[in-house]
Amino acid sequence: MTEILGVPVAVLSGQLMLGVINGAFYALLSLGLAVIFGLLKIINFAHGAMYMLGAMGTVLLFDAFGVNYWVALFLAPVIVGCFGIVLEYFLLRRIAGQDHIYSLLLTFGIALILQGVLTNIYGVSGLRYSMPEVFRGGMNLGFMFLPYYRAWVIVAALLVCFGTWFMIEKTRLGSYLRAGTEDSQLMQGFGINVPLLISLTYGFGVMLAAFAGALAAPIYSVSPVMGSNILIVVFAVVVIGGMGSIAGAVITGLMMGVVEGFTKVFYPEGSAAVIFLVMVVVLLIRPSGLFGKEA
Amino acid sequence: MTITKKLLTSAVASALLVGGAQAEISDNTVKIGYLADMSGTYRDLAGPNGLTALEMAVADFGGKVNGAKIEIVSADDRNSPDSSSSTVRRWVENEDVDLVAGLVASSVTIAVSNILEESNKLGIVSGSAASSITNEHCTPNHIHYVYDTYPLANGTASAVVKEGGKTWFILTADYAFGHALEGDVTRVVEENGGEVIQTVRHPFPTSDFSSFILQAQSSGADVVALANAGADTTNAITTAGEFGLTQSGQTLAALLLFLTDVHALGAQSAQGIQLTTGWYWDMNDETREWSDRFMEETGVRPTMVHAGIYSSTIQYLNAVKATGSDDSQTVRKQMMDTPINDMFAKNGIIREDGRMVHDMYLAEVKTPEESKNEWDLYDIVRTIPGDEAYRPLSESKCKLVTQN
Repeated sequence: MTEILGVPVAVLSGQLMLGVINGAFYALLSLGLAVIFGLLKIINFAHGAMYMLGAMGTVLLFDAFGVNYWVALFLAPVIVGCFGIVLEYFLLRRIAGQDHIYSLLLTFGIALILQGVLTNIYGVSGLRYSMPEVFRGGMNLGFMFLPYYRAWVIVAALLVCFGTWFMIEKTRLGSYLRAGTEDSQLMQGFGINVPLLISLTYGFGVMLAAFAGALAAPIYSVSPVMGSNILIVVFAVVVIGGMGSIAGAVITGLMMGVVEGFTKVFYPEGSAAVIFLVMVVVLLIRPSGLFGKEA
Repeated sequence: MTITKKLLTSAVASALLVGGAQAEISDNTVKIGYLADMSGTYRDLAGPNGLTALEMAVADFGGKVNGAKIEIVSADDRNSPDSSSSTVRRWVENEDVDLVAGLVASSVTIAVSNILEESNKLGIVSGSAASSITNEHCTPNHIHYVYDTYPLANGTASAVVKEGGKTWFILTADYAFGHALEGDVTRVVEENGGEVIQTVRHPFPTSDFSSFILQAQSSGADVVALANAGADTTNAITTAGEFGLTQSGQTLAALLLFLTDVHALGAQSAQGIQLTTGWYWDMNDETREWSDRFMEETGVRPTMVHAGIYSSTIQYLNAVKATGSDDSQTVRKQMMDTPINDMFAKNGIIREDGRMVHDMYLAEVKTPEESKNEWDLYDIVRTIPGDEAYRPLSESKCKLVTQN
């Protein structure tokens, strides 16, 4: 069998595949962060909590109302998105225009409160959510066994990422958004409701996080603390890609998934740190990130 | 030594000790401080429900011992040795706490036991795993009650090797507890004629285990052992199920699993997993009766840690009652002299190193068809006698054990 650095190629192909799957989650989460930062200049530390709410929401909707996976995949993000709009309207709006550190602290506080309250109610062992019937099992690719659900994760995540990029970069609504954040007074002069636009953008950004959470519910342990670990990694991804760059966030997300996957084979102890190492190197060489515009 | 002689010596010894402590309960109050993770990773296995178990024990004792009031205070350890140390220092120095109960994270326990030794108060450890707590870190001021890493490795690993699992892949949480467990397992596997062909250390915590499960599959080992705990273990088990690890003929062995973890996984994902436990709620009428009462209070079935907190508190209060003292050494001596026979343990003995030696159980998680309700999860397949399960005193590095 052909080997690279003592590891069979078949094993590496498997890890590449898994890296892309994990990268798809990173892409979805960092996309939401990038949208919120790019358009609102808010550093959203509540993003991990929104991811958690999406996953918890999916489980609780099923437990309480028997809502099935497909409906929850739509409903949970919408509910969390509405919650995000409420947060933006009553809290974030009040500190708009202040230093970044204020929005960072406010959103971090919100995240801790959500996590604490839900821990008190549901504990930390994790809630059970069974795999939807159609995704049970998997296919043998020759070099690995690929569960159907993981294949679906890639498809769903990439579709949503592409849709978001298209909407922001190629449609009229997207151009309003971009213009509104560039010069909101001028936009208001044209008769466009900029505050509404901003609320909707924040809602949409957290909706993407909640969608990632709903997508994660059948394969990861769903608990109130699940968002706090992933948040920091996703921030590193956004920094590597370039704060605010939409396409950059998606491509970097996928890349970092793969980098992390290979590290798990060659030096597993370092797999939690490798993304931060890449971040340091990128910041030293290209401070605005791989896809960021030079200031 | 004959039994009468032993009794006589202990009677004399306790008389001397009791004399020294004036056989009195300080401030006419027995104060118990409950220290545990109330909000973090280890919340569910001990946490607020452990406090309920403690309150049940005090209530069953009538709230008083020899006319002295029993009081309870509690605090969140935040899994931090530093913040726990200052809490316990305040308790023993300013608030006259006589006993510290709960004690979950091993690092917290080791830090707290030093303060207990300095101030000569007593601690009963129900949640921690590290066997070093009664080995190199032993003190005359604490008792380790429920389980430790030594029997976890002994019970599960030796059973799996004997069933034919000769080659092992160990997936270890990359920190002190994981390394200790990995070491214990490797020793047991090799002693039983098996071989560890690969160990992989994953960062703590890890949420995605698919990469490690794939490595375990391609290693071709008979057994994939998980030397981690909590969400890491449940995540790894879920992923193993998704990738069809057991269907391809490999055995999955989880070395530390609590009932709350298995409940979170459910019988569907956890079926067939073998584990070692110090206690299970559905073993006999006594355990069931107590568990029913616990469930009425909390809404969930107790873990071995919850049961251990209840049992050890009753044992402690009995010792205070018998000696009429809350002096730590008097009470500890009395507890060592009294075999434990209750719903938690039969003929449990507290050794001089502070280890409570009792039977451990090898359990197998039931299939969804066998499981009658959400908490009907274990089949006890073997009882491991206490002497066989725990580290023998002859191998002890504890300063309290005199080696011949």
